[in-house]
Amino acid sequence: MKLDFTVHNQNLVLSLEGDYLGFDDEKAKSALMDAVRQHNLRSVKIDASRLGLWDSTLVAVLYELARQSLNRKMTLEYGKIPPNLKRLVELSVMVERNPSLPQQPHFPFLAALGNFGISLWQKIVKGSLFLRHCTESFFRLLSGTVVMRRVDFLFALQDCTYKAVGIVSLVSFMVGLILAFVGAVQLKTFGAQIYVASLVAIGMTRIMGAIMVGIIMAGRTGASYAATIGTMQVNEEIDALKTMGIAITDFLVLPRITALSISLPFLVILADFMGILGGAAVGVLMLDIPAAEYYKYTMNALDMTNFLVGLFHGLVFGIIISVCGCYFGVYCGRNADSVGKATTEAVVSAIVWMIVMTGIITFIFEVLGI
Amino acid sequence: MKHPEVKIAVDKLTIAYGDFVLLKDISFEVGKGDVFVIMGASGCGKSSLLRVLTGLVPAATGKVVIGGVDFTSANENERLQIMQKSGILYQSGALFSSMTLAENIALPLRLYTDYPDKLIAELVSLKLALVGLAGFEEFYPSEISGGMKKRAGLARALALDPDIVYFDEPSAGLDPVSSKMLDDLIVEINQSLGTTIVVVTHELASIFSIGSNSIFLDAQTKSIIGRGNPKELLKNPPNDEVYQFLTRGAEKRHA
Repeated sequence: MKLDFTVHNQNLVLSLEGDYLGFDDEKAKSALMDAVRQHNLRSVKIDASRLGLWDSTLVAVLYELARQSLNRKMTLEYGKIPPNLKRLVELSVMVERNPSLPQQPHFPFLAALGNFGISLWQKIVKGSLFLRHCTESFFRLLSGTVVMRRVDFLFALQDCTYKAVGIVSLVSFMVGLILAFVGAVQLKTFGAQIYVASLVAIGMTRIMGAIMVGIIMAGRTGASYAATIGTMQVNEEIDALKTMGIAITDFLVLPRITALSISLPFLVILADFMGILGGAAVGVLMLDIPAAEYYKYTMNALDMTNFLVGLFHGLVFGIIISVCGCYFGVYCGRNADSVGKATTEAVVSAIVWMIVMTGIITFIFEVLGI
Repeated sequence: MKHPEVKIAVDKLTIAYGDFVLLKDISFEVGKGDVFVIMGASGCGKSSLLRVLTGLVPAATGKVVIGGVDFTSANENERLQIMQKSGILYQSGALFSSMTLAENIALPLRLYTDYPDKLIAELVSLKLALVGLAGFEEFYPSEISGGMKKRAGLARALALDPDIVYFDEPSAGLDPVSSKMLDDLIVEINQSLGTTIVVVTHELASIFSIGSNSIFLDAQTKSIIGRGNPKELLKNPPNDEVYQFLTRGAEKRHA
């Protein structure tokens, strides 16, 4: 595979001989183009009488030759060239093309900052609008005018109640166990390992149970909401709902928000119980605290205020997770990549907002003395 | 383009999903340079047959010989070689949404060749020009129309200069003008590149304008009930099913 050419009396003859499959000899191409540029040529002739197999790489070479001929007003002769090859070369010369090499991404700092600001503002506006629509749907639910299928609500409730019991139980048990273990190491130095029971009981009921359930459900259910609704966006199901005059917050969002907000406090109760059980396993089996003693200290430490604070956190987390999941699903783009992004953003945002809200609630309760 | 002899030979092929047999013991041949149409009513197994021909679904029994190699019993290496020499245009174009058109078309070239970036860019541009999308290199699939997506998908299918290009319902979802443009493009590719074309379709206009050979699949008998040039089939239909299909449900012929 080579490009043989001769220049005689301002005429260049390119002889193509044999097969030209995967021809990528840049040197040979450059030599040919240099010859075209350096000699004051009147004509270029392509002799393909002994051409064997060929592919698009040969078309690329001949295109360059044809383009140069055109630009330099030279006569181009196709001598014994396969008609389909000639057609492809002519087609490639005929149309305006712009071969693009891969570009290095270029992000000027100020432009990136500006884009970030604009996108943040757009997110705030979209988020506020979405919350407003959700609130309106909630009021329609109270007034009995909401367009929502009961079965959707029941399915959503089923998905975030008994189907989540296994994972919530396991993780909470392990968290209780770890909490007791870490606490025991410190308390043992003071001979106060019995207070492991109080530590686990207060820790789990007040905040740890709710946070663990929140994180599990954000990854499990929040992500699922974003993916489901996002896929509906891709499949134009959401457009169909809109054109039927159905508010998507009524039909898709409200069943999920109500289901998760109702179920999360119950899952928090389960998590509290399993966490205390995990702590008891460490206390009784490893620290040799009598079971009756452990039970007594746990009951003494349990406080209705802490318990209700935990449940309140659960309710707030349920709203946050479902709103984030549905929001990113509804505003998902229309391709497969967008669904992945929506799912990630739903989980990350839910966790961030849960932590932020925990801080705010803790501060408010502190001020109120709760 | 001169190619070594390319022919698809399907021998006693049975396609089944579990116990459900879709097509039973069908045999046919696709000659080199044919525009071969697989037609039939909805649910007759056209797309399933295409999936078997392209290696996406295994055959229950029987053989598919492509370019002299038994595709159904080929080893991984042989299968890969056959697949590299085949291009497929899916119904939706199946472009990767996170990539530009240029990146989509460059993907097989980057995967299977050692060409330098400049040559790849040149080839990508050539392929886009061939399908009438010159200048659309930096567009994302979401920024172009359905017909353009199909043409871009075709440019990607042609990236490695395949011997065979398969089309799954190329006209589906297109307006008549775009559909005609795509049909013309199929013929152009067949004539310019000498590529063997296999098209699954039930669009009559496409069948008559592009098909040089065809088979007609029947869901009831799970077999081929008509074969030959579509225009000839219309003139001399072998049975009422084929006649009704090719005449858009005209009255049955009377003996």
